[in-house]
Amino acid sequence: MSPSEEVIIDVEGLTKRFGHKTVVNGFSMQVRKGEIYGFLGPNGSGKTTTIRMLCGLLRPDEGEGTCLGLDIVRESDHIKPQVGYMAQRFSLYEDLTVRENLDFTARVYGVRQRAKAVREVVERMELGEFNNQLAGTLSGGWKQRLALACCLIHAPKLLLLDEPTAGVDPKARREFWDRVNELTSEGITALISTHYMDEAERCHRLAYIAYGNLLTSGTAEEVVAGEGLTTYSVAGEDLHALARNLKSLAGVQQVVSFGNTLHVSGKDTVAMESSIAPFKNSTYGWKKVDTSLEEVFISLMSRKVN
Amino acid sequence: MVMKEFMQMRRDRLTFAIMIGIPLMQLILFGFAINSDPKHLPTAVLCPDQSPFSRSILTAMQNSAYFDMVAKPDTEAEASRMLTLGEVLFVVNFPTDFSRSLVRGETPALLLQADATDPLAVSNAVGALKTLANSAMNRDLAGSLSFLRGASTPVEVEVHAKYNPEGVTQYNIVPGLMGVVLTMTLVIITSLAVTRERERGTMENLLTTPIRPLEVMLGKLIPYIMVGYLQMLLIVVAAHLLFQVPLLGSLILLFVVSVLFIGANLAVGITFSTVAKNQLQAVQMSFFFFLPSILLSGFMFPFRGMPEWAQWIGTALPLTHYLRVVRGILLKGNGFSDIWVHLWPILLFLVIVLTIGLKRYRQTLD
Repeated sequence: MSPSEEVIIDVEGLTKRFGHKTVVNGFSMQVRKGEIYGFLGPNGSGKTTTIRMLCGLLRPDEGEGTCLGLDIVRESDHIKPQVGYMAQRFSLYEDLTVRENLDFTARVYGVRQRAKAVREVVERMELGEFNNQLAGTLSGGWKQRLALACCLIHAPKLLLLDEPTAGVDPKARREFWDRVNELTSEGITALISTHYMDEAERCHRLAYIAYGNLLTSGTAEEVVAGEGLTTYSVAGEDLHALARNLKSLAGVQQVVSFGNTLHVSGKDTVAMESSIAPFKNSTYGWKKVDTSLEEVFISLMSRKVN
Repeated sequence: MVMKEFMQMRRDRLTFAIMIGIPLMQLILFGFAINSDPKHLPTAVLCPDQSPFSRSILTAMQNSAYFDMVAKPDTEAEASRMLTLGEVLFVVNFPTDFSRSLVRGETPALLLQADATDPLAVSNAVGALKTLANSAMNRDLAGSLSFLRGASTPVEVEVHAKYNPEGVTQYNIVPGLMGVVLTMTLVIITSLAVTRERERGTMENLLTTPIRPLEVMLGKLIPYIMVGYLQMLLIVVAAHLLFQVPLLGSLILLFVVSVLFIGANLAVGITFSTVAKNQLQAVQMSFFFFLPSILLSGFMFPFRGMPEWAQWIGTALPLTHYLRVVRGILLKGNGFSDIWVHLWPILLFLVIVLTIGLKRYRQTLD
């Protein structure tokens, strides 16, 4: 099922200050039902704070909005039962077993037919073999799977996942995303913050936040197009020296090393092409490539710093 | 490595403050507040015999600084009620014909009823009275009465050590221990319980669920209330079987009113846990509360022996009142109406601390 037109999150001008520091500044966004919405941005950019405001953990200083059609400030008590929140760090009871953790979570949410709900979620997340193992002794990937299971036990309509895959191996990450895809196809909406570009590309839509400000949002293609970068990939010998030389040239905005190649990007295509022309010799192989999200984000980040 | 430890110490302001604060507090408490020779003990006087002799004894008692004459009840019943309630520690009872018997050389008996639940607190005063009554009389018996002086003891002082006639220290310590153990374990356990949730990040998860702050608090408190009762039961049984401490009053009453005291300690623990950033700080804060509780409450050292400021601090602490409740019920057979005066300060403490705790808890994440 592709995202429908029903809006699940609709916030306008959210602002949060801690003391004198504005952590989130006039943030607005709309998330539609069944969508995977990616939250990207450098560390400390306000992603976690925004997610916490959405689920009622924090009260915004300014701004307003709705989550699942309920006011995020006044009706957060009614939002909480319909949201599954997964915190950045593992936050389940390490001294309880997998089953006990699930059972406790189900109780806290007042789930009817608790035993059945626990059984179903254990089956779905394939946690059966760890049922009686202490949560603290699980490996990273399984801990994360258990955390997701706890988020799902009360059949939420919206998942707020704060860097759920940090520190998890690629295979577990892939499986995690497959599950999230499956869930959204059933009509659940997911808001996920991440640092991984491959994960960003799996989101239906993205928002890029830096220092509390929303810099860009839209589908991956829209975000890439919006930044208007032209990118060349170059391979050859002594790329370090080449990178140093290229960086100071007119029109060259950024030079990023990707293994054995350099990606050279710039907005002013004409200026950049004339700048790199002298280097187009037999030593280096140049190729024009599609600009990836990564280049766009690096560009966004450096722009904000300047 | 040493440098790093100092650097970290400097960052953790609270721990640092407590590291300095605890020795300071010990210094002040042990140095200034504690006095094992308590003076100015409240005394009631029953003196139907208004004679120069009885007045002279009373003046001598007052001058000894051990006794403070705070009440002049009319009847014996009233006097003994004051003793039961703990309003006075002594009742001095002059026989009606005190001066006449004295003049006749009959060695009249002066009755001193002492609240001996805390033998330490009263023993010095009792000892002093015996000598001072006679020296006062020997001074007064001058002139034509000087022949009476020959008798080494013109007045006999009869002491009734009430509630604990043999002056067994355990009778005082063991019931008191109940309050001390409850304070120590409950404050530490609860201060850790919430801090641990926050340290491990599980608190954040809890807050996103529909569970309410009050539910979290009560959910945290109830198991430890049960733990508290288990501890009490253990001590009561041990007190009776091991130390033969008399159980005069109603145990049910004791257990019912203890809920206030247990609650007060848990509230302190919860409040600490909302302030403490980590478990170490929580333990340190508990210790900070525990120290004055044990020293200023009258558990280890007689309450009346402390200077006034220390008594004021002691009065604010729930343990002080709880000790009186436990000793009152177990040793004196106090009923509910007798202990109410000691209960409401605990209740007040509980309400104030719980309000602070709930307020602070709400702000935890925001």
